[in-house]
Amino acid sequence: MTGVGFLSLLRRDLLLTLRQGGDALITLAFYLLAVMTFPFGVGPEPQLLARIAPGLLWVMGLFAALLSLDRLFQQELEDGGLEQLALAPLPLEVSFLAKVLAHWLATGLPLIVMAPFLALLLGLPWPAIPVLALSLCLGGPALTLVGGVGAALTLGARRGAVLLPLLVLPLYVPVLIFGVGAVDGAANGLPVRSDLMLLAAYLLAAIPLAPWAGAAALRLALT
Amino acid sequence: MDRPAAFAGRALSCRRGARLLFEGLDFGLEPGDVLLLRGPNGSGKSSLLRLMAGLLQPVAGAFSWAGAPIAAEPERHRRRLAFLGHLDAVKPGLTVAENLRFWCGAGAVEKGLEAFGIAALARLPARLLSAGQRRRLALARIAGTGAPLWLLDEPGNALDAEAQAHFAAALARHRDCGGLAVIALHGEGAPPGAVALDLAQFAAAA
Repeated sequence: MTGVGFLSLLRRDLLLTLRQGGDALITLAFYLLAVMTFPFGVGPEPQLLARIAPGLLWVMGLFAALLSLDRLFQQELEDGGLEQLALAPLPLEVSFLAKVLAHWLATGLPLIVMAPFLALLLGLPWPAIPVLALSLCLGGPALTLVGGVGAALTLGARRGAVLLPLLVLPLYVPVLIFGVGAVDGAANGLPVRSDLMLLAAYLLAAIPLAPWAGAAALRLALT
Repeated sequence: MDRPAAFAGRALSCRRGARLLFEGLDFGLEPGDVLLLRGPNGSGKSSLLRLMAGLLQPVAGAFSWAGAPIAAEPERHRRRLAFLGHLDAVKPGLTVAENLRFWCGAGAVEKGLEAFGIAALARLPARLLSAGQRRRLALARIAGTGAPLWLLDEPGNALDAEAQAHFAAALARHRDCGGLAVIALHGEGAPPGAVALDLAQFAAAA
C-alpha cells in the first residue's frame, strides 16, 4: 500500500474537522462561555477575578480539551478506517501521533490563542500573560496526547465518554499544578522557570510514551 | 519436495471469547489462486480473514509467505496485503476521489474510479453515496493499492450486476499479474477456478 503517510493523515483529519466544523467550534465556545460565566457566579470584584484567573483559565481549558476527545477514534472504529490504519504500512504509533496532533491543532490551538484575551478580561497582570500562553503551549499538547491514550483505551467500551474523564483526569493533575503554578508565579513576580521546565518534561515524556500506549490500546480495540 | 506455497497457513486454530471457532485448518495458495471461504454464519470466515491480515492472532498454527514465517515480519506482510472487511472505510466528509487518494495515492485515483464505474461521482461527497457505491469505492481502494494479496470479506455485498462484473474483471486482472485473493463468500458468484475451503469441516468439537 502506498499513499498513507504522517502528513497525509494529518491533512485529511484537519480537512475533515474543517468541513464538519462542529468539534472545534464547540470546544472554543465552551471555553469562552465557561470563563465568561464565572464572574457572574463569584461576583465581579477585580481583585478576586485576577486572583483566580490562572486556575480558572487552566481548569476550563482542561475540561474543554476533554470535551470532544471521546470521538477521536470512535468514528474511525465505526467506519472501518481504524482497521485500515492498523494494516497500513505506516506504523500505528505514527498514525496515533498524526491523529492526536490534528485534534490538538483543531481544538487546542484555538484555545491557546483565545486564552490571553480572556486573561485580559479577567484582569490577569500583564507579565503573566506570555507565561500563560507558553504554559498552555507546553501543557496543551501533553493533555491531548494523554487524552488520546484514554480515548484509545475506552474505545468500544460502553459509556466510554463517562469513563474517559475518570481515566485521564488523575494524569492531568500534574499538568494543571505546574501550569497554574507558572502563571500564578508570574502574576506575583516569582520565578516561573522550574514550573515551565516540569511542564516541558511532562510533554517530552508524553511524546514517545503516549503513541506507544495508544497504538497498543487501538490494536486491542480491533481484536 | 516442491517449493513452498506463496501464501500458506498450517494447523491454524482461532478462538473468539470462550469459543474455539476452528482448529487444525491448513491452506496453501499459489500466485493467481483464489481461495473461497465457505461455511455457515459464525463458522469463522471473517475471523480467518482477520487472522490472515494480522488483526487477530491464532491460538495455534502459523502463516508463511513463500516459505518464510509471517509472524517474524508483520510490517512486510502489511505492505503486501489489501483488506476489505464488512466496513468500507469511506469517510463521509471527503469526496469520492479524496477518499481513494488518501489510501492509494494520487496516481491510482482516475484508473480506480474508472474500473468500478464511479468516475462520474469523483467530486461528490462520499456521504451521498449509496451502500453499493460505497462498496465500489472500497473495492477500488483494494485494486488501487497494488498489493499482491487481497483479503475480502463478502466483497459482493450491496453490489449490482454491473458492479459485480467490474469486480470480476478487476479480480481477473489481479490474478493475471500473479496476485492472490482470499474471499469470504456466502452467496453465489464464485470466480472461475477458485478453490473452496469449507470452514464447517474444521469446526472444533464442542
